[in-house]
Amino acid sequence: MSDDMVTFNVDGNEVSAPAGKLVIEACEDAGVYIPRFCHHERMNPVGMCRMCIVEVDTGRGPALQPSCMLTVSDGMIVDTQSDVTKKAQDGVLEFLLVNHPLDCPVCDKGGECPLQDQTMAYGPGESRFVEEKRHYEKPIPVNDNVYLDRERCILCDRCTRFADEVVGDPLIHFMDRGNQTQVNTFPDEPFASYFSGNVVQICPVGALTAKPYRFKARPWDLAEVDSTYPNAMGDRINVQSSRDQVLRFQGVDSDAVNWGWLADKERFSFEALQSDNRIGSPLMRGGGLNKADADGDELVAASWSQALGSAAKAIADTTPDKVGFVGGARLSNEAQYAWTKLAKGLVGTDNVDAQLGDELPPHALLGLPRATVAEACQPGGVIVLIGCDPKETLGTLYIRLRHAVVEDGAKLIEITPTDTGLTNVASASLRARPGEAGTVARALLAETVSGHIGGVDEDALATARDLLGSGPVTVVLGRGSLSESVDSVLEAADAFLDVDGVRFLQAIGRGNTMGALDMGMSPGLLPGRTSLAAGQDAFSDLWPQLPNSDGMNTAAMLEAGAAGNLDVLVLLGADPINDALDPAVAAKALATVPTVIAVDLFVNDSVSKAHVVFPAAAFTESSGSHTNLEGRITAIRQKVTPPGTARSDLVIAAELARRLGHDLGLETPSDVWEELGPRSAVHGDVSSAAIEADVDGVLITATGRVAFAPPDQAVSREPVNAYALRLVTARRMFDNGTMVQQSPHLAGFAGQASLRVNPYDFNRVGVADGEEVRVSAPKGSVNVAARVDPGVPKGIVVLDYNRSGADARVLLDPGATSIDIRLESKGGKA
Amino acid sequence: MSIPKITTARWDVEDGHTLAGYERTGGYSALKKALEMTPAEVHEEVKTASLLGRGGAGFPAGVKWGFCPPGVWPRYLVVNGDESEPGTYKDRIMLERDPHQLIEGCLLACYALGLSQCFLYVRGEMAHGQERVAAALNEAYEAGYVGKNILGTEVSVDVVLHWGAGAYIVGEETALIESLEGNRGMPRLKPPFFPAAIGLYGKPTIVNNVETLSNIPWIINNGGQAFADIGEAPSTGTRVFAVSGHVNNPGVFEVEFGTTTFRDLIMGEEYGGGIRNGGSLKAFIPGGASAPWFFEEHLDLPLEKGTVDRAGSMLGSGAIVVMDQTTDIVKACHNVVRFFSRESCGKCSPCREGTSWLEKILQRIIDGNGRRADLALLMDVCDNISPGIAWPPKQTTICPLGPSAVSPIASVIERFADEFDAYLGEPSTEQAVEVR
Amino acid sequence: MARLNADNERIAHEIIGRYPRKKSALIPLLHLAQEQDGWVTDEAMSHIADLVEVTPAEVLGTCSFYEMFKRHPVGDYHVNICHGIACHLLGADELIHHAEETLGVKGGGTTDDGRFTVEGVECIAACTEAPCLQVNYRFANKVTTQDFDALIADIRSGARSDIPPHGTLAKTRQSIPEERAAGPALVEDAQEPAWLSRNGSDQ
Ligand SMILES: Cc1cc2nc3c(=O)[nH]c(=O)nc-3n(C[C@H](O)[C@H](O)[C@H](O)COP(=O)(O)O)c2cc1C
Ligand code: SF4
Ligand code: FES
Repeated sequence: MSDDMVTFNVDGNEVSAPAGKLVIEACEDAGVYIPRFCHHERMNPVGMCRMCIVEVDTGRGPALQPSCMLTVSDGMIVDTQSDVTKKAQDGVLEFLLVNHPLDCPVCDKGGECPLQDQTMAYGPGESRFVEEKRHYEKPIPVNDNVYLDRERCILCDRCTRFADEVVGDPLIHFMDRGNQTQVNTFPDEPFASYFSGNVVQICPVGALTAKPYRFKARPWDLAEVDSTYPNAMGDRINVQSSRDQVLRFQGVDSDAVNWGWLADKERFSFEALQSDNRIGSPLMRGGGLNKADADGDELVAASWSQALGSAAKAIADTTPDKVGFVGGARLSNEAQYAWTKLAKGLVGTDNVDAQLGDELPPHALLGLPRATVAEACQPGGVIVLIGCDPKETLGTLYIRLRHAVVEDGAKLIEITPTDTGLTNVASASLRARPGEAGTVARALLAETVSGHIGGVDEDALATARDLLGSGPVTVVLGRGSLSESVDSVLEAADAFLDVDGVRFLQAIGRGNTMGALDMGMSPGLLPGRTSLAAGQDAFSDLWPQLPNSDGMNTAAMLEAGAAGNLDVLVLLGADPINDALDPAVAAKALATVPTVIAVDLFVNDSVSKAHVVFPAAAFTESSGSHTNLEGRITAIRQKVTPPGTARSDLVIAAELARRLGHDLGLETPSDVWEELGPRSAVHGDVSSAAIEADVDGVLITATGRVAFAPPDQAVSREPVNAYALRLVTARRMFDNGTMVQQSPHLAGFAGQASLRVNPYDFNRVGVADGEEVRVSAPKGSVNVAARVDPGVPKGIVVLDYNRSGADARVLLDPGATSIDIRLESKGGKA
Repeated sequence: MSIPKITTARWDVEDGHTLAGYERTGGYSALKKALEMTPAEVHEEVKTASLLGRGGAGFPAGVKWGFCPPGVWPRYLVVNGDESEPGTYKDRIMLERDPHQLIEGCLLACYALGLSQCFLYVRGEMAHGQERVAAALNEAYEAGYVGKNILGTEVSVDVVLHWGAGAYIVGEETALIESLEGNRGMPRLKPPFFPAAIGLYGKPTIVNNVETLSNIPWIINNGGQAFADIGEAPSTGTRVFAVSGHVNNPGVFEVEFGTTTFRDLIMGEEYGGGIRNGGSLKAFIPGGASAPWFFEEHLDLPLEKGTVDRAGSMLGSGAIVVMDQTTDIVKACHNVVRFFSRESCGKCSPCREGTSWLEKILQRIIDGNGRRADLALLMDVCDNISPGIAWPPKQTTICPLGPSAVSPIASVIERFADEFDAYLGEPSTEQAVEVR
Repeated sequence: MARLNADNERIAHEIIGRYPRKKSALIPLLHLAQEQDGWVTDEAMSHIADLVEVTPAEVLGTCSFYEMFKRHPVGDYHVNICHGIACHLLGADELIHHAEETLGVKGGGTTDDGRFTVEGVECIAACTEAPCLQVNYRFANKVTTQDFDALIADIRSGARSDIPPHGTLAKTRQSIPEERAAGPALVEDAQEPAWLSRNGSDQ
């Protein structure tokens, strides 16, 4: 037995456990479950509820101890069944019940309530408490989605600990004292946390309930399956349904990924999937009376046969170089492979791009030595955050990073233009001016520097430099702002490549982007992280039409489409009108390309311009797998049937291939892995069975053959004009994205765009907080409400991206290193 | 043997609370002396003195001081001046009448242990005490006794006056630390960690009572052995007891520890002066409201920690509350239970729910709505808070507050069964409540 | 009113500066707010939250734990009559009853003229002087019903100017002269004090 194992005795059996393990968990591992309410494996123990007290003898005779606060030691004797233990636990249970209402029959938690279960199993039959119970106003909202019934609350501190410890949003708190203690918010300050739904999941009683599923179903009516939420983290979820409707997502505690947590954006998005706005049948252009008409100005229902025929004909009638495929990050790995095979192998075009030009380029996603989340979060490690704010874009990654810093002694160095959600736990925050992250990174890694570099002074750099040596370095990088070219982030990454043993974790925005790239959904790539040129041999047998020169990316396809040089544009869950960096070109392309084919769940602004629309099954409606930002492949499992005649993306690809006269050769997800495994340099170990077998899935660790390409030369920097402010465009958790907007309980959070300005600059403009200002950039201008934000440095302004009221894209210039703007109040120049 | 006044010597000195009065009566001589000694020597004197903590638990201060883990810095001193235990009234007088003595004691502790900062936590309601301590600190800073380079040496320690806002539980040392961190005063579970190892801001922290620290200057001036020579080991030195309730001469008295008896204090001419109106003793609380009650037969016990512990109670915070034959025992019992129920911090369920349940049952009995079965129920609820209802108490709770509510009930429910009966009326045939 | 005024904000910064962690100043700052307004307003709590860099919910969590902080207006004179065990034995209940009768209020209520709030409170550490009470935390000992009436009359007539308005605790504040301050012992500063390392210790 290794040194760090101890042997102890529980209920007469000798068992061993790692030293330092809590008795309650060590006993559970040994098959002895000790009842508990306040203990939660992902939070610090508080020992408040006292339900877990058991008799423990550490050599001085048996004594009652809370097993959630005590670690196992050699020779310890734990008795969970002794009379003293039982009496104490029964007593605690009775105490918890004296003020608890007996409304189990109408409580959402009834049927899955530990308190109810405990009471049924061990509790006293009849209450000895004849006094008046505590009374509170029945459920009060702590925010728009979460309701709190204080009468049911047993004050276990789980929700409040979660808010404080896990996500750093201590907006719900214990109030008052003693028998009057209650959980509440500050008056008129709701529990405005991106993660509020988690407290509903971890509440051991029915005190906290979520409006989106209050009273929708009783636990015993729910059927469930473990699956993966197809966001970039690949959060593990449990999908719960009743009568073929998804009613709830719960987080699944996966060690590797989300530890049971979910952001509200994911948790409450199940409503979108149930939305009446889902497309239930193929659609085609048509006019009055639902008649198909290629020039019609509406979309009308069509049969699969009509729609497939029409789409196939358009593709067959042109040359491969005039066909383009945009999107695909929504799809499962298997569907991505199927569509790539269709496009590149059968149609013969390399105009395939799952990305929309607003993230890190493929070589930066595939070509840097990659870290797992666990590696990034290792105790004592150093995390360098470059260019992005995980709290806004990758909720559960934020939680993991925060935990690493707050609980496990990791050090965080930020190189970001403004405060992020992690700033208050960061050891060093280097406020690099937009466009200058690379310069700052180089200065940080240089032996010494003097003066101001990229907005950061030498002392700050020196402090951060001291931290760098304290542990293994992981760089978390992403493209947080679209108003600076990606080169500055790439330059920063390049600088860090010189650090010994450095690894990278890319904070991707769109769901299955990693899978898409692994499946070759990018110009110049083939499945298995290989280039079009290098992969020819492996695929040529099954992919007869493989093109031999690189195709266009999204921006180029849209340009070509707008210029009349594209005949067919296939949108795979993409909405270029709202997502492409140049909205005018996107709109023009969609108006100009003769045949636009869309595969989607919803009719978004771009889909509404399509000629043929195929209704796709969502991730709760078809099975497959997902690749997260680490390269971890986990299972997506079907729970309900798709609406109407919607089909899985893979089947749609196969059907379209058939209409084009080919056999795609792929009918089920496992067909994909059987075909790909032998041909891919990195997917040899992957099979559907392997993915299914492990809650943590299959991690692809092999590196492919795509090399990181640092920017040619140091990014040139425009001097800052004294009268100008440098623009950051920032993604927020809630925006006008389809899933948010189709979820009634989330849509409202997106709100109006605002411009956040440092108090100093704000005063110079001379407007009131919330008043509209005019933002002028070389390319265009918008009006937007301005807000004071001390987290924004002087000389910088931050404009929300993809929110109503102001389209930040009119200011953007994709080629520019950075964008300087002028601010004017409606009354005049500042 | 005549016993010196150690902590109360200046109570009768008109200006004893001022720097001038303090210096005139030998003040700060111990500090000057200590600065000539090594820190270890100062600590050694305190160990030799066998000074038991005066806050309640009676743990030897010198031993506690040795628990700071080596090499972990900074270390803090927190002075417990939250005095709120019913019956207890000594720390407030020391704060008001001899604040410099306490400050000097703090400085000596800081010097001995390398404590880098001292927080003097005074109960919120003690406005006058805060004024006196603030004034004393201002004088002491001015005179160079406190702060940077104390008396021109390299010793630098700030003593910061901090004050509470009304919560008895904050007297418990881990709750005191929480409160000092700006939090709700809810105790931390100990073990695994005691404040000396992991305390304020997670750093080693010595928590001592006001009276405990007020003894230190005398000990340094006169030597630990001189202190140990007074009293009955390990209960050495003198102790200050407040005698209140139904006595002729309620008051606060400094007496020799370990030898003086309860009878001396309650009946003695120079102390309590006997039961008022020539009445008889019904019961007395020997060490603050948490302590199990004593009766006639305990009067001749000496005020010695070990002896009183073995007799089933404690000297606690040095508070003796005397009840004569006119006392309504049920109401007195309810009064003390109500105190603990109202002062429960609410962190752990047996105390939060159990103490208020006990209080409600007793109130119902007093209101004439009691059931005979309530007596067994009271005892069973007590047992679920403090399994076995023994002394020293076992507990299902985090801290000893919950079990404190058990003390009065367990003390009187059998002995004064007739008084409970009087409230309950005639025994009836109503069904017994099941007791598990 | 409501937020801390400029003077109090200055004092607040001074107090905050004494602690290794800002949040430690919470209770003193809440007292300061109560001293300013007679009670603790939501605005003051929000302001304090900003000053010590926590959320208002955390400030309220702490504030609401402690008996002395009033979150609604109370009388100019807060009369706390002790009903702890020693005072109970010597007639506290009768004194409370008398006070409530004469002032016409019950259980923490405030007189119509806003002058007096009367409350029975737990032991206030003057047990040998039972029954006792505090008016704005100033003691009156061995209070008979006549004493009580006289006290109220004195306050009404302005004869008790020694009792400050509700909220004021110590009339003397600690002030640490800058040049005399050792400074807070920062948690991050893992330094053995010079005098200890040089003199040798048993640590
Ligand atoms: C519920 C409770 C209340 C307490 N109240 C006080 C108090 O008001 N003053 C005090 O000095 N100690 C009090 N104590 C004891 C302290 O926890 C601690 O033991 C003491 O301050 C240590 O100082 P000493 O060793 O000098 O006695 C209390 C303990 C408990 C459990
Ligand atoms: S026993 Fe009472 S006072 Fe002590 S921690 Fe538990 S609830 Fe709080
Ligand atoms: S689970 Fe251990 S005290 Fe609550």
